[in-house]
Amino acid sequence: MITELLLLCITTILADNFVLCKFLGCCPFLGVSKQVQTAVGMSLAVTFVMTVASAITWLVQYFVLVPFAMEYMQTVSFILVIAVLVQFVEMVLQKMSPGLYNALGIYLPLITTNCAVLGVAILNITEGFDFIQAVVYGFSAGLSFLVAIVLFAGVRERLAAADIPKALQGFPIALLAAGILAMAFLGFQGLSF
Amino acid sequence: MLKLLLPVVVLGGLGAVFGALLGVAAKIFKVETDERAEVVLELLPGANCGGCGLAGCAAMTEALLNGTAEIGMCAALKQENAARIAELLGKKLVKNEAKVAHVFCSGTCEQAAKKGTYTGIYDCVSAAQCGGGDKACMYGCMGYGSCVAACAFHAISVCDGVAVVDNSNCVGCGACVTACPRELIELVPVEAKTFINCRSHDKGSAMKDICKIGCIGCGLCAKHCPEDVIRVSKHLATISYTMCTNCNACIENCPKHVIAHVE
Repeated sequence: MITELLLLCITTILADNFVLCKFLGCCPFLGVSKQVQTAVGMSLAVTFVMTVASAITWLVQYFVLVPFAMEYMQTVSFILVIAVLVQFVEMVLQKMSPGLYNALGIYLPLITTNCAVLGVAILNITEGFDFIQAVVYGFSAGLSFLVAIVLFAGVRERLAAADIPKALQGFPIALLAAGILAMAFLGFQGLSF
Repeated sequence: MLKLLLPVVVLGGLGAVFGALLGVAAKIFKVETDERAEVVLELLPGANCGGCGLAGCAAMTEALLNGTAEIGMCAALKQENAARIAELLGKKLVKNEAKVAHVFCSGTCEQAAKKGTYTGIYDCVSAAQCGGGDKACMYGCMGYGSCVAACAFHAISVCDGVAVVDNSNCVGCGACVTACPRELIELVPVEAKTFINCRSHDKGSAMKDICKIGCIGCGLCAKHCPEDVIRVSKHLATISYTMCTNCNACIENCPKHVIAHVE
């Protein structure tokens, strides 16, 4: 049981990375990766939202949607759950850490419509996970986002000081670096458990 | 009918529960905002010139409210607005000496010799890094208007190759002082009227090929100053503005006519 969950966790972080292999959550991945510090703050917020969203959406799916035979309302009800969670995180951050709140800016409310968060909630259901698996999957999906964005922020911090041709400055070089990072992560596909 | 109503009721119920939870959370995590902040921000000039040393008027508002800034730090603040902010914050208004910016160069296109043509970026900082513009003088105004761009109050214009400050618009924020790569602009008291408009340390013999109106450091102005407020060092005369009485004795005795009385 434990080994299974651990394997799920490692697979999600390395071989099946949410950002670099599933290409979910690219917007904050590019938007908030200019500094390692804000990247860590953002991905911790995303990890929290993903973990709690996994738990609540699983409960909503199996205790509300399935009994009432309205699985077709999955998307809208999951979005509702995620939106509420993001609002909550926003309130807590504004109170506890105004600096981080200001640094995240528009990207914080954007977690609401972040495909990675909705993606993990829907994948939990389509993969047929039980409650514990769903929570672990949500948490490790958050960690995979953290790994990707922090690595990428480290790259971009160095890029900021590098001598880059004018045509590639800013987002072009960031997208190129993201592509190379994704290719590097492709190497983990060879891991078999 | 039930099939239609059920989703509405269920989703509505979910929404209501979440809404109630958020409402409770909003009470717990309420952030106290000061209602005076909006008023103070409204009263500040809103030019975000940075003359106070803070990031802008919003940062100044925050600093005023938590007591880390003084009202006098804002040079651009109008008297009546300053009084209202002081009243709002329960502070005593300390009036600071009014200052305006002045450009210490009179090397207009006609007076200053050219050493070539400059075709680079039209900006003083860029020009200063590659050869220093087209004028021969390495100390004078290049006239590419970095100070004009820095001024949030439209108080500076480049006139005949030299930047000129319009005292009626200048609020003394000092944005131009930091923008000038040659450090030609200084904040002077509004009462100051007599200016030695040169910052060149070139010797008199070198000056004759560079600028017709540059200070050669002959010291005649210092000799004739009744208040003894003019100092000459490194071939350049400067006036100390705390003591100058604007008597203009120096103007009459300057052989290069570099000293001017500006109203």
